[in-house]
Amino acid sequence: MNIHEYQAKDILRAIGTPIPPGEIATTPDEAEAIARRIGKMVVVKAQVHAGGRGKAGGVKLAKTPEEAREKAQAILGMQIKGLTVEKVLVTEASDIATEAYVGIILDRASKKPVFMVSPAGGIDIEEVAATTPEKILKLPIDTRYGLMPFQAMRLGFFLYDDLAKARAASKIMQQLYTAFMQSGCSLAEINPLVVTPAGEVIALDAKMVIDDNELDRRPAIAALRDETSEEPSEVLARNANLTFIKLDGNVGCVVNGAGLAMATMDLVKYYGGDPANFLDIGGSSNPEKVVNALRIITADTNVKAILFNIFGGITRTDDVANGIVTATKENPLKVPIVIRLTGTNEEIAMKILTENGFSASSDMDEAVKKAVQLATGGQAA
Amino acid sequence: MSVFIGKDTTLVVQGITGRDGSFHTKQMIEYGTRVVAGVTPGKGGQKFEGTVPIYNTVADAVQATGANTSVIYVPPMFAADAIIEAADAGVQLIVAITEGVPVLDMTRVYPYVKDKGVRLLGPNCPGLISPGESKVGIIPGRICTPGPVGVVSRSGTLTYEIVYQLTRAGIGQTTCVGIGGDPINGTNFIDALAAFEADPATKVVCMMGEIGGTDEQEAARFVKEHMTKPVVGFIAGQTAPPGRRMGHAGAIISGSAGTAAEKIQAFQEAGMGVAKRPIDFVELVKAHLS
Repeated sequence: MNIHEYQAKDILRAIGTPIPPGEIATTPDEAEAIARRIGKMVVVKAQVHAGGRGKAGGVKLAKTPEEAREKAQAILGMQIKGLTVEKVLVTEASDIATEAYVGIILDRASKKPVFMVSPAGGIDIEEVAATTPEKILKLPIDTRYGLMPFQAMRLGFFLYDDLAKARAASKIMQQLYTAFMQSGCSLAEINPLVVTPAGEVIALDAKMVIDDNELDRRPAIAALRDETSEEPSEVLARNANLTFIKLDGNVGCVVNGAGLAMATMDLVKYYGGDPANFLDIGGSSNPEKVVNALRIITADTNVKAILFNIFGGITRTDDVANGIVTATKENPLKVPIVIRLTGTNEEIAMKILTENGFSASSDMDEAVKKAVQLATGGQAA
Repeated sequence: MSVFIGKDTTLVVQGITGRDGSFHTKQMIEYGTRVVAGVTPGKGGQKFEGTVPIYNTVADAVQATGANTSVIYVPPMFAADAIIEAADAGVQLIVAITEGVPVLDMTRVYPYVKDKGVRLLGPNCPGLISPGESKVGIIPGRICTPGPVGVVSRSGTLTYEIVYQLTRAGIGQTTCVGIGGDPINGTNFIDALAAFEADPATKVVCMMGEIGGTDEQEAARFVKEHMTKPVVGFIAGQTAPPGRRMGHAGAIISGSAGTAAEKIQAFQEAGMGVAKRPIDFVELVKAHLS
């Protein structure tokens, strides 16, 4: 789960990280009022789950409260990478002497959180890693011991030669690590970490990505989810306990299991079609899940054919068949459906489907081919 | 022959009285797995289905029955503790079926089991099956048959699909191993490949990977440098968009790393056969067996 910059800053600020004051605004009026309270030059920053906000025109400097209002007016409602800006952060502008990058990622290779710091901050860290890897220090952390003081100092000294600044930075490293662990992050970044002309070390931007598996035990973090900033069909799917990702094609896919779901999408492509989505109904066989899956897929007007691919292990195929029958009775389909199912209770499922006017096959390749044909306007084989 | 589990596997089930645990314990017993104990705190002294003794702790279960393998069906927030408990109790193999374990928990669990010298499979995996000998986990027994092919995969149902197609074509398996779809897991492709290389009964290995991470690329290097047996590979997620988590927590293309294309290329460079579709495994494996 992504959280917004202002939410990540709130988490860090609460544990003492130096961050310039700022507040969130949803209207130009609010933005003006906040700028007036701050009483200095401000930055108006779009709060969306997308990188490259600055390049897209979503970050603007404002010298006066009136100007803050104008900038907010321009940014609110704008589209950044397909996402509408609903909120802006109005925050005090800072003078910058130097910029650094500080991040922690959960690294699969070392199976540990890894600190990545670089004095070349403010820009794309992947680019720094590719072009000047010597400017990055990577430090894996054993979570059984946590970030040790000498490690934090080593990170600090990699950024700054000056002891006072290195100490200030190492304190911020400890805070970022604490926030990372306490919020259940898979990524936490401060980019840039800046030194002001007065010599203060402060965090100007923050980003956190939360491991979805953490949300059940961290209700306060789960409450930070901003559904207005997500694809509506994906919100609907998540609330129905389905894993759904919208794509641009026209073959709607309903599959059980993530690996099989990906393989099914790939097979659609192999036979010349384009998948409209990734959808995993999961291991349990609740007919209600199938009803919700069909509701979500048929709401996508790009979908020209629907493909079910179910391999019944724990999933009972008769439950899936019942789900298809129930869903299509409630909402008759406007596009053709191709059903492939095999495994647990296959005979019962076939019987249910046949009695209700559906046909089904047990062969994955045949079913995918047929769905692609139907979606592209060809005749059913 | 088989890898990781076989006729001498004696199993303790952690979470034996839960919904999933009880269902799959029955299935495992039916398949012929030697389930010697179950663990549910507070139900020590009772018996599961009138036959399998239940203990309060894994330590009690291992002490009383000598179980050498554990399978875990406990809820995700308790899984890390359950894995460490099993390792502490002295089993040699731990199979964690549980899906949804916080990854940060695994950063503590992984070094613990490594230090103990215990093999962990999973979490978020379907377990493993050595057809005709033993099954630990949730892979449906009836889709497998004994034979010369080793199978290792990051997925559940995709594995079933491919194993089923092999079985239908008359090609049996030594062991099918599901390593799981999480970013930090106990056993990786290389561990399974090394075990198959060492197993005299395994003649060909089928390996099913997916997008995300570099496990498959490292496995390809291992195949090239250390394996004498042929390996056939498949990668799911060629149509997956970057930056999105495709169901499995580990199935995500980060930046430009972890794509299907780079993994398939690594397979080809290692001289492995590459199945473009799941069904292609049948012909590719047949060619190596004849």
